[in-house]
Amino acid sequence: MIARIAALAVAFVALVTVPYWVPGIYYVNVASQILFYAVFALGLNVLVGYGGLTSLGHAGLFGIAAYATAYMLQIGFGHGTAIVTALIAGVASTALYAMLSLRSTGIGFIMITLALGEILWGLAYRWISLTGGDNGINVSSRPAPFGFSLANANAFYYTTLVVFLLALGAVAVVARSPFGAALMGTRDQPRRMNALGYHVLAIRFWACLFSGLLTSVAGILFVYYTQFISPQTLSLTSSAEVLLMVIAGGPGTLLGPVVGAGLVVVVKSVVSGFIERWNFLLGAIFVAIVILMPEGLVPGTLRLWKRAFRKPQPRLPASAKTEKSP
Amino acid sequence: MNFWVSLTVNSITFGGLLFLLSSGFALIFGLMRIPNLTHGSLYMLGAYVGATFLVGLISIKVNFWTAAVLAAVIVAAAGALIERLLLRRLPGDQLAQVLVTLGISFMAADMCLMLWGGDPINVAPPDGLGGFVRFGSVAFPLYRLAIIAIAVVVAAALWMLLERTRLGAMIRAGVDDPDMARVVGIRVSQLFTIVFALGAGLAAFAGIIGAPILSVYPGLDQDMLPLALVVVILGGTGSLLGAFVGSLIIGFIYNFGQALLPELAYFVLFLPMLLVLLLRPQGLFGRHVP
Repeated sequence: MIARIAALAVAFVALVTVPYWVPGIYYVNVASQILFYAVFALGLNVLVGYGGLTSLGHAGLFGIAAYATAYMLQIGFGHGTAIVTALIAGVASTALYAMLSLRSTGIGFIMITLALGEILWGLAYRWISLTGGDNGINVSSRPAPFGFSLANANAFYYTTLVVFLLALGAVAVVARSPFGAALMGTRDQPRRMNALGYHVLAIRFWACLFSGLLTSVAGILFVYYTQFISPQTLSLTSSAEVLLMVIAGGPGTLLGPVVGAGLVVVVKSVVSGFIERWNFLLGAIFVAIVILMPEGLVPGTLRLWKRAFRKPQPRLPASAKTEKSP
Repeated sequence: MNFWVSLTVNSITFGGLLFLLSSGFALIFGLMRIPNLTHGSLYMLGAYVGATFLVGLISIKVNFWTAAVLAAVIVAAAGALIERLLLRRLPGDQLAQVLVTLGISFMAADMCLMLWGGDPINVAPPDGLGGFVRFGSVAFPLYRLAIIAIAVVVAAALWMLLERTRLGAMIRAGVDDPDMARVVGIRVSQLFTIVFALGAGLAAFAGIIGAPILSVYPGLDQDMLPLALVVVILGGTGSLLGAFVGSLIIGFIYNFGQALLPELAYFVLFLPMLLVLLLRPQGLFGRHVP
């Protein structure tokens, strides 16, 4: 317990002092990217990890919030209005997305979310009068809440850090709450949960909304970071990247998606400096992790760690097979 | 008037092409219970491999039909390898299998970009089919009519295979009830490889057949995969008839949508899918809910 608190304290201090120990602005920006992608991955993990619902269209929801921000700014509204509108648009779209996709689970859920993600991508790409098509929308300025301008990299980093910590805290609270327990119950034993009197569909729906809220927050941070949004952000590749963050880090763990986001962003930034074949590597990592370390890097490494430093224990029987949902 | 007639012919042509693409997707889905997310990549790979034979990049220059068959065979072999070497390692874990196919699709797209570059490759229609035929005042490209004929022939051949042969009966049994099929001695996992290879070959064949009208370019996979997905959600998994009817419907909606509502064409394309999901989740002719 003490070791865990110490580790968290060290991590916290390291995060707060990032602008002082990294070698330059470029790395502060990489850190900002890691943090807002971590918020995105935390949001997706609510569904994938805790809810057992693999969504392949989350980049679409991320994109809606980003486009809404950019569009509101483009037609002349202020930052506050733009951000509030983007949050409402993101969560409202998530509600629709959930109503359509939660009609099925498992593979059906993947297919429907994939299709919904493609619809959103198609709209961003083709609805040129609204989205500017392939040219995207530029965002000319970053906001300055209470006179604190986010224009420079450090200020943006600290804002992202605050949002990230709030998101992490929110997910931690929700995961430990009765609602979180019920959500994990619907993942493992939907029929029993139903028999116990839980409204499985409603629990999944609220989980979707929570996931959509975090995704929208990440989308807004993203569009202020890059100050540009184009259909590329909504593509299947983007959805797969964030899913890779969750799966690589460890679905259903609190810190897994954060580690996954760090891994993917660092590999992507560093590797794309040397080679052009980022997509190939993304695919290869995906295949390797799914086949070799299906529980993710964080639980996988913990397992290896425990095995190395503790007495060998008799293997527990495999946990009961999960039921198919009705 | 001419506008509507040619739009209709184009729709049927595109529907035929979609059938070649999605019949394999529907069969794989029906049997293995997974949406094969490499299907768009296999289509694109077929188009690139076929185009390579056609333009003589590797000093073998063959005619169009030979190139189409060669591409189909090569990609079918690649499909069999994917099934044997990767999907086979995750028996029964459909979620992991889908993620593996997604990973492979990224690798395949990047490899195509590396090997063939970013410029689109234009493929000429086969000899003798480059012209037009006239019906009254309307001229139709001969090749588009040929695609319709090819789709009908392939559909008939697949129907014969599934309904009139022993292998087809085994596949149908596997689609309907894999456990029972195993009990009566059908090696269902062997069927997986066969059906995956067949679907891959059909997708590759569609790729090269479609190349003269769509050309071959990076991103073709991401354009075609959602279409196959919509066709199969609409028609139902594991059903040849569903794939056929679904392809025609989508062919019409795609072409009419592009012509009449260009900005919302992509959205309109997905509307029937949403309706089916709401009203009849197993699809028009589906055997089970995915």
